[in-house]
Amino acid sequence: MTAPGNVRGAAATPSAEKPVVGRSTQVFAHLGLILFSALATLPTLLIIMNSFKDRLSIFSHPFALPTPSTFTLDGYHTVATSANFALFFLNSLTVTVGSLLLIVLTSSMAAFALSEYRFRLNTLTGLYLSIGIMVPIRLGTVGILNLMVDLHLVNTLWALILVYTAQGIPLAVFVLTSFMRGVPRDLKEAARIDGASEYRIYGLILPLIRPALGAVTAISMIPIWNDLWFPLILAPGEKTKTVVLGASAFLGQFVNDYNAVLAALTLAIVPVVILYVVFSRQLVSGITGGALK
Amino acid sequence: MTYPARRVRRPFPWHIVVFLAPAVLIYTVVMIYPILSSLWLSLRGQVPGSPEHFVGLANYQRLLGTELYAQPLWNAVRNNVVFFALHMLVQNPVGLLLAVLLSFRLRGSALYRTLLFTPTVLSVVIIGFAWKLILNPAWGVQRSLLEPLHLGALDQPWLGLPGSALPTLGLISVWQNIGIPMLLFLAALVRIPEELYEAARLDGAGGWRIFRSIQLPLILPTVGIVSVLTFVGNFNAFDLIYSVQGALAGPNFASDILGTLFYRTFFGYQLQAGDPYMGAAVAGVMLLIILTGLLLYLVTVQRRLTEVEL
Repeated sequence: MTAPGNVRGAAATPSAEKPVVGRSTQVFAHLGLILFSALATLPTLLIIMNSFKDRLSIFSHPFALPTPSTFTLDGYHTVATSANFALFFLNSLTVTVGSLLLIVLTSSMAAFALSEYRFRLNTLTGLYLSIGIMVPIRLGTVGILNLMVDLHLVNTLWALILVYTAQGIPLAVFVLTSFMRGVPRDLKEAARIDGASEYRIYGLILPLIRPALGAVTAISMIPIWNDLWFPLILAPGEKTKTVVLGASAFLGQFVNDYNAVLAALTLAIVPVVILYVVFSRQLVSGITGGALK
Repeated sequence: MTYPARRVRRPFPWHIVVFLAPAVLIYTVVMIYPILSSLWLSLRGQVPGSPEHFVGLANYQRLLGTELYAQPLWNAVRNNVVFFALHMLVQNPVGLLLAVLLSFRLRGSALYRTLLFTPTVLSVVIIGFAWKLILNPAWGVQRSLLEPLHLGALDQPWLGLPGSALPTLGLISVWQNIGIPMLLFLAALVRIPEELYEAARLDGAGGWRIFRSIQLPLILPTVGIVSVLTFVGNFNAFDLIYSVQGALAGPNFASDILGTLFYRTFFGYQLQAGDPYMGAAVAGVMLLIILTGLLLYLVTVQRRLTEVEL
């Protein structure tokens, strides 16, 4: 286990120090990295770029940038008039933010109890919660659907929020517990002597582990935003569709309208990429610091 | 034995219960209970007109013993093994290579890392459609890339041919997910103490030597974890194949894996009605495969690693 500070520093600035290898190896390494970076990004750029071109030049010159004579927003127009993308975005946002809030709140509370108190079922509870890190929640789909039918939650966003919260809790508790163990004892003891209640102490700890909370948020966010399985099964209704499900349905319907398909793909790609760039630091430290132990 | 006097001094720690309850409750009700109830459902059945009842392992017998179910099941298992092998042979070694290159602390490493991880944050569905367009002979992206290289013969409808559909989908998945092993390997690599590199530099060791003698031995535990994550992820995959090839995992079930088979068995498709009991049984088989894999890892690899450490 590594101390929280160490993880952050290490993951954020591996390139700050002197290169490990000699000059010629460095040149080869750069070449390799440039090649793979191009491979990783070009397909996405190709989609975004062509979404702004008229149909003729999409087919005749797929690799050309849009010029004033080939520029068009036709595809976006089709998307705006035939699919309810604004609503789908709102649904995805509600589900993602709702689940993340619940994950962070419930997991930080549980992690606080597991790291702070010695009680009889401590280890067992920790083990019980960590089963979910390895066993995919998808295998319980049949049971989840029956449960949501019984609770009358099918085709509501609550069904998705609950499932993603349950899915996110195991890893979040695991990561947060190890971070909370790193918080100095003196601080909590001082607060106790001042007569602070246990709930107050939990409230005092939270701001101290903010980087860990950020990391947990970032790693939990991607699978929730990107999921297709549960929206397809639990909330396929027109009013509860998420972006991914909405895009999937739209793409299936407009297969041959390249302008519309490329525009829909772009609309689904760009927000996530922006989020990723904003959160990429937390994301990297979350994956590298959390999933590894 | 209880000591009443003591109990008065130390009241029941309600705050621990309050702290643990929300997480444990949501997790138990929405994850553990449904998985168990799915397994329970897989042991039950229903004849039209009569109530649901316990049938023991009859559903599993049907799954493994009748042509209608066994043939697709084994096809899906086989495809899933191929899918997994492709990730182990391409995704993880290349991910390791990229992590090692990033660990050399070159100028611009952070930018490379961000770019290389971008496909991983995008939705599988979106990636699937993007590649479906790119590989579509109607668009011609492939042709205009291959013809200048005199590789026109490679311009084939890769997703539409039974022999190449599954490997193509596997490679798309590799392309998207390579960021995960890369980051996990990188995390292990940046923890290697500076002194070791210092010593290697003094000895005049090159990149390959540093990798062989310092980096590889020190990140072996991560290799194990990455393999397990790949295994669980692959045997649970669904989204990519569903969004590219549909629920029928075409052409002619050539790309059918356990996830798509599970979906079809439970919800049904054009030719076959959905069956919750058989669906639950397929999930049961998937759970069994995943647990077996995890257990094998724990008793073989993990144990050997701890022995080495001791």
